[in-house]
Amino acid sequence: MEISGAEIVTRCLQEEGVEFVFGYPGGAVLEIYDAIFKQDQFKHVLVRHEQAAVHAADAYSRSSNKVGVALVTSGPGATNAITGIATAYMDSIPMVVLSGQVGTPVIGSDAFQEVDMVGCSRPIVKHNFLVKDVRDLAATFKKAFYIAATGRPGPVVIDIPKDVTMTKCVFEYPKSVSIRSYNPPTKGHPGQIKKAAQLLSEAKRPFIYVGGGAVQGGAGDLVTELVKHLNVPCTNTLMGLGALDGTDPNFVGMLGMHGTYEANLAMQYCDVLIAIGARFDDRVISVPSQFLSNPKKIVHIDVDPSSIAKRVKVDVPIVGDVKHVLTDLIAVLKETGLKPNPDALGQWWQQIDEWRKPNCLLYTPSTEVIKPQHVIETLWKVTNGEAIVTSDVGQHQMWAAQYYKFRRPKQWINSGGLGTMGFGLPAAMGAQLANPDAQVACVTGEGSIQMNIQELSTCKQYHTPVKVLSLNNRYLGMVRQWQEFFYGTRYSESYMDALPDFVKIAEAYGHVGFKVENPADVEPVLKEAFGPSLKERLVFIDFRTDQTENVFPMIQNGKGLNQMDLPAHMRGMQQVPFDNNRDYGNLA
Amino acid sequence: MRHILSVLIENEAGALSRVTGLFSARGYNIDSLTVQTTEDATLSRMTIVTHGSDDVIEQITKQLNKLIEVVKVIDLNEAEHIERELMLIKVRATGKDRDEMKRMAEIFRGRIIDVTEKSYTIELTGAGDKLDAFIKAIDPAVILETVRTGASGIGRGERILRV
Repeated sequence: MEISGAEIVTRCLQEEGVEFVFGYPGGAVLEIYDAIFKQDQFKHVLVRHEQAAVHAADAYSRSSNKVGVALVTSGPGATNAITGIATAYMDSIPMVVLSGQVGTPVIGSDAFQEVDMVGCSRPIVKHNFLVKDVRDLAATFKKAFYIAATGRPGPVVIDIPKDVTMTKCVFEYPKSVSIRSYNPPTKGHPGQIKKAAQLLSEAKRPFIYVGGGAVQGGAGDLVTELVKHLNVPCTNTLMGLGALDGTDPNFVGMLGMHGTYEANLAMQYCDVLIAIGARFDDRVISVPSQFLSNPKKIVHIDVDPSSIAKRVKVDVPIVGDVKHVLTDLIAVLKETGLKPNPDALGQWWQQIDEWRKPNCLLYTPSTEVIKPQHVIETLWKVTNGEAIVTSDVGQHQMWAAQYYKFRRPKQWINSGGLGTMGFGLPAAMGAQLANPDAQVACVTGEGSIQMNIQELSTCKQYHTPVKVLSLNNRYLGMVRQWQEFFYGTRYSESYMDALPDFVKIAEAYGHVGFKVENPADVEPVLKEAFGPSLKERLVFIDFRTDQTENVFPMIQNGKGLNQMDLPAHMRGMQQVPFDNNRDYGNLA
Repeated sequence: MRHILSVLIENEAGALSRVTGLFSARGYNIDSLTVQTTEDATLSRMTIVTHGSDDVIEQITKQLNKLIEVVKVIDLNEAEHIERELMLIKVRATGKDRDEMKRMAEIFRGRIIDVTEKSYTIELTGAGDKLDAFIKAIDPAVILETVRTGASGIGRGERILRV
């Protein structure tokens, strides 16, 4: 039986087990929307702006093991989706974005709402397709979902001209897919894995550095097993938070520009580094030459060969799925009994504990003004460390990353690579739909939240009872911090004048709003917000926080990991507090 | 250093722009690029001449491999290879230049493929430096037009790039 292209679209989504499609209708996708109307296997979530549809689909993926789907119309619908697609691309999130296109006969004629979506999205997708023949539609969907979710994941765009959605053909969904030019790696090279085990056994100061690849690759348990088996210190990147439990004694905190003192110094001074699904990003290691100024052997495990040796040379590259590689590495370590020298490791732990002692995340509490760090710590306490936390971008994002100790992978959802303001609220919505029973908190600021605040309306319509914690310091905080440090306190356009009454906004959208100005109210209000009485409600909390608080530690541009700006109580400490002469035991 | 890369890529709409887009987005150089379908109509073969440090060339190769439609990439520089480029050059051929141009074409084993009272069009193939040498060897004032294809390359002997 022949069915229309639009029906084929919905059938393909059903075949892929799609639960939610986040989208916004328009001329070029009317046929598809009509087909959606006639089916009830998946639900459509009507956002208020296409960017939010893509962020929601993205967070749906990030917080589950499924591929998020967004649907937008041609022209402005497609271009509005671009920021969301780039966000997912930078963080390697599997996602399929369907965009409408003008009819094939008028493509290229500057038709109404025409934009070259394949061209616009090309640099920010894993792959994209323009389907010009309805007979190719089903096979294209199969390929798109396969490409999005395998190898190094990423967003895939399918651009569908309107006439294709109206043309009929027989529907048959391919059972399998094979693309001769695309063979994502799985197993790592056994020889390389043995070399890595050997290197670990020769290490005096081993360190494990875990990125988003371990979270996306479902390798959290294996990371934990490796860390525990070797009893080695471990850091997670901003994208890797939760791969190792934030409360685990082997965890030394996040590293990087706003990483902990101990994580950054351990990264700098280790002698054998195991990088797992991480990419030596500029916000993580700062300047490669500074990072390598203390010699170290590097093992780099990544599914994407182009991530390896991109910013730093490595000694043992292992291309493969982190899950496979770690399974094999752990097996080799167990079989051979290879382990770092225990005396040296003991010394290394002593050093790390010395670095830990001053507690670089200590801040001065106040009874006068709400400290943003206090809000995050209280959130952690009130939610038992179990909430899914999304964030926007800026100071609040860094505080959330530093002070909420994530217990498991996929619990922390933020735009790390692209740094997209406006991500948090739609992301919380997508995460809540993927995890209906979870507590979902969106940590945001008064700047970021206003970039997609219209989604409060979508949250009302679909009953997503997320809790929005806005750390409102009346400044674009991170911009202000940089202007304070590097631009002579000239706060150029970083003050948010004429802020709205956020409580009234929340209420106008049919939600609950609180304004909190007194530090003593932080905990009771959070308890109420997450309590049984407001379980079904979206609660927006406008925390009026300290306007002058800065994020520490901080590594300035061009500085090394051992050249951090430290919080007040640690200033004046020796900047390179590492004893090169320490005896790590005789390993000859 | 100059490198010559051979790329087998699916013969699909937009595949070329993925390659050129990759080079511009990541700031890599393209000195020349040629592309045509192979004996298998589903595949195109590209020859890309680029230059950069070993690290950059390694990244270019990896990034090309990452493109879904790229089937295979090899760096011809890694072993013995042959490269050829075609040039069509139109020169003024009047008075004493008429004989001179014919002589020069012969020296460089070129062929005159179009003749008018005032001009010759000469076809010349060879490695890029041979074509450069020809241009240097003749009086710049007589050159009316040049068009070059950029290099096509192939490995020597048993070294074969195919699916």
